[in-house]
Amino acid sequence: MSTITATLDTDRARRLRLALTALLAAVVTVGAPFYFAPFQVFQLTMVLLYAVALAGLNLLVGFGGQISLGHGAFFAAGAYTAAVMLDRYDTGHLATLPVAAVGCFLLGLGFGVPALRLRGLYLALVTLSFAVFLPPLLKRLEPVTGGSMGLTVDKLQPPAWSGLAEDQWTYFVVLAVTAVALLLARNLLRSRVGRALLAVRDNESAAEVMGVRLSLHKTLAFAWSALFAGVSGCVYTWVIGFVSPDSFSFVLSITLLAGLVVGGLASLYGPLLGAAFVMYVPSVAQDISEAAPGVVFGLLIIAVMFVAPTGLAGLAGRVRGAAVSRLTRTTSAAGDRTPGSEPSAPPTPADPAPVDAEPVGAPPRTEKE
Amino acid sequence: MLAVDGISVRFGGITALDGVAFTVEQGTAVGLIGPNGAGKTTLFNCLTRRCTPDAGTVRFEDEDLLALPPHSVAGRGIARTFQNLGLFPRLTVRENVMVGAHSRGRTGHLAAALRLPRVRREERELCDQADDLLRRLGLADVADHPASGLPFGTLKRVELARALAVRPRLLLLDEPVNGLSHGEVDQFADLVRSVRQEFDLTLVVVEHHMGFVMGLCDKVVCLDFGRKIAEGSPEEIQRDPAVIEAYLGVAA
Repeated sequence: MSTITATLDTDRARRLRLALTALLAAVVTVGAPFYFAPFQVFQLTMVLLYAVALAGLNLLVGFGGQISLGHGAFFAAGAYTAAVMLDRYDTGHLATLPVAAVGCFLLGLGFGVPALRLRGLYLALVTLSFAVFLPPLLKRLEPVTGGSMGLTVDKLQPPAWSGLAEDQWTYFVVLAVTAVALLLARNLLRSRVGRALLAVRDNESAAEVMGVRLSLHKTLAFAWSALFAGVSGCVYTWVIGFVSPDSFSFVLSITLLAGLVVGGLASLYGPLLGAAFVMYVPSVAQDISEAAPGVVFGLLIIAVMFVAPTGLAGLAGRVRGAAVSRLTRTTSAAGDRTPGSEPSAPPTPADPAPVDAEPVGAPPRTEKE
Repeated sequence: MLAVDGISVRFGGITALDGVAFTVEQGTAVGLIGPNGAGKTTLFNCLTRRCTPDAGTVRFEDEDLLALPPHSVAGRGIARTFQNLGLFPRLTVRENVMVGAHSRGRTGHLAAALRLPRVRREERELCDQADDLLRRLGLADVADHPASGLPFGTLKRVELARALAVRPRLLLLDEPVNGLSHGEVDQFADLVRSVRQEFDLTLVVVEHHMGFVMGLCDKVVCLDFGRKIAEGSPEEIQRDPAVIEAYLGVAA
């Protein structure tokens, strides 16, 4: 057993396994739209686009240790940017993406300023207020936004050369956007600025002593996070072809945050799992009863917090850790059973029992001092 | 190299530091001692700009340190460790050390997101430097371990490694051996002595462990209730009646 795990742990084997997993994932993601029915493909597309928003939120909440209940509003801002550009200026879909991205980046930069002074609940409230006031504002600005009737715009149309159906083409476009977004987020985190962000989350004063400029990294975390939400919203408009203030009530912000927590904070693929949660759980629950989604959503969040505080993404690691520690416990207990030896509690190297450690996905500590 | 002149810090009605002045010459090790609450850590916080004194000046190599924003201090070559460890618990040991090199990195947000070739190069360099430091301090085995959950003595060394990653010329150690066992104190003292020589460091050490301070430092400054009560060589300090009174009290 131990020899098998030892060989599996060698560098080459790991690389091979990684390549195989990547290949498998690529085949599945590319093959999916040809296998599933159009409605299911549409659902997968929605999962992908929510994943972009959640990846952004993850940068802020999971890795940055800040909190935002206003990401639905950044999402809405991106969606409306795209819708207004398509409706009034007929710019074409691709042109809306950079505008939505830059616009939301600047918006996020603005919201990063209160984030410098506020933390925890206070920051949550400020961002929530943004999410609450945006829908009425959109209703008021009727000449531009179409008021409460919303705007109906063209969906993405597959070009003739592709030979794909509308749902398939949309899926691939969104897949490309999502892949690029997740790659950018990953690059960002695996660099000097990513480490700075994590350092600020874990210990602000130590980070500053090491030369990390707190204000810069905190506001930019907010801005990047808003950018991802805005891109996600922009793509939402491409897919749905319709925006209205009621699609972006503050419940969306809460749903996004809940989805991220369930998927796994501070995990690179947690956003994908969280996005699936955001997409499928309400629609499955709807089959049970009209009122069920809210209840099921709430119960599942409680269940996840109890069973897997590191989210779905951390679940596999936790299960494996528990299995390994149990395994070592039984094997070393068996080894101890030599005549004359006292039955003592064997050390469990797999479980270092960190004194002040929080689980990786634990909600960020809000009060540090 | 470092000149502290007349700094005072008041927190509400409490005067934490009251006109403290001393200098640190290049290449020396200065010990800062005093009973609990004497203002030693507050003084450290002033030197790293975590706290702004109400009066007085701090000059580092003829630059006014108090005019710098807090995050620029590391870039000037000043690093510190913390009294109760200031590590990043959820980062690995290697990442902790790499954060120490933050002020020497150039990568900005956009370049990092696009992972430009120069970002990769810088990442590789910083990673190699961190690994060198970890090897030097005997931490290579735990490089990929999260900083939480390691033994206290190991974490103290991780913090030292992180401070060294700043490439400091002035290193401030805040109670480096508190909480260490007797044997570990000696080991840590040897380690500090050897890195001091190797990296050509100037040291300021706050410590209650007198053996450690007296063995390491060329000069000792003693504070009590925010005031400097004595300054001199370790031998002089040990004989100084004011120091003895502050630490042991006098017979009534």
